[in-house]
Parts: sequence; structure tokens; C-alpha cells
Amino acid sequence: MDADETLDATGLSCPMPVVKTKQATDDLAVGDVLEVRATDPGSVSDLAGWADGTSGVELLDQTEDGDVYTHYVRRTER
Amino acid sequence: MSAESPEPTREELAARVADLEARLDDGDDADEDQPKLSIIATKGTLDMAYPPLILATTAAAFDWDVTVFHTFWGLDILHEERADSLELSAVGNPNLPVPNAVAALPGMDRVTTHMLERKLDANGTASVADLLETGIEMGVEFQACQMTIDLLDYDADDFYDGVTVGVGAATALRDMADADVQLLV
Repeated sequence: MDADETLDATGLSCPMPVVKTKQATDDLAVGDVLEVRATDPGSVSDLAGWADGTSGVELLDQTEDGDVYTHYVRRTER
Repeated sequence: MSAESPEPTREELAARVADLEARLDDGDDADEDQPKLSIIATKGTLDMAYPPLILATTAAAFDWDVTVFHTFWGLDILHEERADSLELSAVGNPNLPVPNAVAALPGMDRVTTHMLERKLDANGTASVADLLETGIEMGVEFQACQMTIDLLDYDADDFYDGVTVGVGAATALRDMADADVQLLV
């Protein structure tokens, strides 16, 4: 999936993957996609829960490759 | 409205509608739809500093309206000089692999604290000061209880910039009554 911005949250643990994703999506233009790379296994559930409970963002996909979890978040409105 | 009141003119009605619409717009700015979280933080040990800070920053990431009221040793989390040197108590902590008789030896709190600090760092867990500064940046309202500032001989200037001082139990209670989630840590 093509992303407009990338956030490296590898090595960070709860709550930082969610907190940094929130800060990064605040700077995102409407329609743009942020790719978040994390190694925290809890980030799969946490980022899905965060996106579900936060207006203006949408979780497009989550993938797992070895120890790295990649999440794609789009800003839908401001 | 009494029976004698004259009927309002079209202009008066139009002015009233405009006034009410303006008030509705003001209400929108207050983010009244967002859930509110109110936490009371009473502990100042390294382990107990984390739950309020993690929940506060995460709630801020959800755009919630967050207040953390710090009282007693919870004040140390907001203290510029003390926030980075919070300790883990070795005595009376059955979760540590140290018997109480050994834990009571001088310097043991330092040893167990160092152990936890190393584990936190290796785990990629943010420091207490980092979480606090992140929370302030994200708009979390951190409050320092005035009565315990005086009790512990602290000073309003001892706390991080952005921390609210000069507040007490009534402020905390009003905040809790207004909140959707209330926690005592």
C-alpha cells in the first residue's frame, strides 16, 4: 500500500505507538495515508481501538512481517 | 410570557434567532461531545507513576478532555527535579525477588529502582518525564494540589511549565462529576 508519510515507532512500547500516531495524523492532510511501523505486539489491538474511537481517522490495513507490525491510517476529515 | 406583552416584531425575532445561533456556535467550540477523563494521582513511586501518565496520554490521543489531579506524593510526578528520580520501594513488595530482610538494607531501594529503570529502558518504555512532557504538549491538564504543595514544603515554581497550581479538592470533585471516567491511582 502506498503511503504519503511514514512513522517509525519500532522499539517503542505502550502508549507511544498510539500517541505518536495521533501526533503524526494531526499533521496529515485530509485523504493522506500514514504508514506506522511498530514492534510492540500490543500495537495491533491498540491502534485498531484508537482509530475506531477517534473521529477523522480510518484504519485501512494492518500487516505483520516477522517482528514488525505495519499499520495504515488515513485522515478522513479534520 | 404575560398576556399583555406586545407581539415581537420580525426584526426582534430575527435578532433573537441570530443570538441563539451564535450561542450554539460557541457551544461547538467547547468540544462537548468528547468524553472526559478525570484521574487522581496519589502515588510517587516509579511503578505507580506510570498508570496515570499512560492513561492520560492515551486518552489525549483519542482527543478526550483529560485532567490529572496530583496530590500527596503524586506531586513528585510533576516535580521538575524529582520526576526523573522516582524510586521503587524494595520493602513490602512481594513482586520483587528480594526478601524483606534484605530489602530493608540501606541502598536496596536504589538497587531495585535501577533494576526497573534498566528494564523499562530495554522495553522501549518512555520515561516518566517524557510521558509528562508529551501529555502537557497534547493538552492534558495536570493539576498540583495546593494543600499538599504546602504540606510537603514544595513551591509552585518546582513543577513543570504548564502544570496548574492553586487548586484543591473542590476543583477535583467538580471535575470528577463532569467526567465520564474517574480513576484514583
